[in-house]
Amino acid sequence: MATSLVTTTATAVPGTPVPSTAAGRSRTALPLTLGIIGVLLLAAASMFVGVSDVTLPKLIAGDTNAWDILLISRVPRTIAVILAGMALAVAGLIMQQMARNRFVEPSMVGTVESAMLGILAVTIFLPATPVLGKMGVAAVAALVGTWIFLTIISRLPTRNTLLVPLVGIMLGGVISAITTFFAYRYDLLQTLNTWMIGDFSGVLRGRYELLWIVAALTLIGYLAADRFTVAGMGADFTTNLGLNYRTIMRLGMSIVALITAVVVVTVGAIPFLGLVVPNLVSLIFGDNLRKAVPWTAVFGAGIVLVCDIISRTIRYPYEVPVSMVMGVIGASFFLVMLIRQRAKNRL
Amino acid sequence: MIRVDQARKSFGTLVAVNDVTVDIPAGGVTSIIGPNGSGKTTLLSLISRLAPMDSGTISVSGLDVTATASRDLAKKMAILRQENHLTMRLSVRDLVGFGRFPHSQGRLTSVDREHIDRALEQLDLTPMAEKFVDELSGGQRQRAFIAMVLAQDTDYLLLDEPLNNLDMKHSVETMKLIRRMADEFGKTVVVVVHDINFASCYSDRILAMRDGELMCQGTPADIMTPDVLRTIYDIDIRIETIGDQRIGVYFT
Repeated sequence: MATSLVTTTATAVPGTPVPSTAAGRSRTALPLTLGIIGVLLLAAASMFVGVSDVTLPKLIAGDTNAWDILLISRVPRTIAVILAGMALAVAGLIMQQMARNRFVEPSMVGTVESAMLGILAVTIFLPATPVLGKMGVAAVAALVGTWIFLTIISRLPTRNTLLVPLVGIMLGGVISAITTFFAYRYDLLQTLNTWMIGDFSGVLRGRYELLWIVAALTLIGYLAADRFTVAGMGADFTTNLGLNYRTIMRLGMSIVALITAVVVVTVGAIPFLGLVVPNLVSLIFGDNLRKAVPWTAVFGAGIVLVCDIISRTIRYPYEVPVSMVMGVIGASFFLVMLIRQRAKNRL
Repeated sequence: MIRVDQARKSFGTLVAVNDVTVDIPAGGVTSIIGPNGSGKTTLLSLISRLAPMDSGTISVSGLDVTATASRDLAKKMAILRQENHLTMRLSVRDLVGFGRFPHSQGRLTSVDREHIDRALEQLDLTPMAEKFVDELSGGQRQRAFIAMVLAQDTDYLLLDEPLNNLDMKHSVETMKLIRRMADEFGKTVVVVVHDINFASCYSDRILAMRDGELMCQGTPADIMTPDVLRTIYDIDIRIETIGDQRIGVYFT
């Protein structure tokens, strides 16, 4: 527990655009606009990274080949990256509020694992199901998995900071083991990998549009931001303020499960994103979700854009899956954050 | 008025609140005292609808707490629980602002902002309004939570051990504030306190609980006697009258 009475300005991370003490709306709107511009610049850069030659002069010259590549592959891919990045980060944030723990995210508490088990079950028993149907089953499975996790942690005798993620990892491990077992038996391990390892290389026009669903879910998350903040303060606080805790939890679980299902089915799981981004945002801007949700979306989109550009250039002309880049960057990011936090004695 | 009629709550085999019936009149400060595990906190949770009752009825200002919409109750009464280990990084002003949620549903009006500023002022928090709650000391944090329920601006204020974590200065200031809430703003304050002397000096009525039952109730003069205190706490407490306050001496 922090007992320091000294007025430090340690809340702002060096190099951040705005001190965390900024309260006025106008003072927070400008940095956010700059953040959005940053994401758009990254998105623009992303359009010109790849094996096929797409350059500004060629586009201006009206090269139909370049325009085709841009419109069929690069633009859809960039949009997919932004949507998935935004939504997964916000899903992580909402998950952390519901679990009241900073160290959880959907891919480490059984949500993603359950979604994969759901898709696997559909693939085995009803292989002809259309994508939307698979998504639906994945979402229901993810919802059940999330519910199991939240139920377990609500019954834990102590609310130890590290016990909660541990329980999640164990639950995820159990579900994952079941999935792998059946995938092995039905010779579907390779298919399983496409969901497990997030990768934007397969994104083409006509094959990613379902991802727009997560944009709507992220917006709902923003509109309910105050409610999630209140829920993050606990059931008693929520009840005292006249809100129904269970209703908020149901809404949160639904948003998290749906986002997870849609992203896993369309591009595959991206680890650490939901963990790193909300923690970073919390460190700089705090946990009032009204403020944190937009920033989480901006940082989420930005970080995945950077990772996707790296994944396309690091072994050029080959690609590595974005989830691997995210894994490396995310893990090191998180390690730094943990050490910083310990140094500040706030764990 | 808070009417508690045959309220009962048990956890497994432990009966935490055993058919308690009591009327707490509107206005003034009512303290609930009693040893650990006597059911004080549970009774407060039942009154504030945080925990469901096994049987009995409770009404606050005529509103049945189990039947009235939670949002309407939130404008009538505010409850502050004792364990407020908030892990969130919220600014003090934002936290206090959430006290306005029942009125504003998240969209703060100028009236809401006035309430927030006043609550910050009353608890000496204005200089640190923009700091994050997790950067405050235990006492400052406790004051921030009290400011939040003050901003909620309810007729009834239920506080579960608000002096937890507070040093002497802030304990006294908090009790004085509770007194002012009752005297100047006409609020009905029900407060669970451990220190019988704070109860003696600052309350109009004292409810004494033991083993889930209401042992006795009355004015500080009624309760602050060696005989009554022995039945509640099982120890001999000498009562000294200092000024016009009755002080229990239980240290030796």
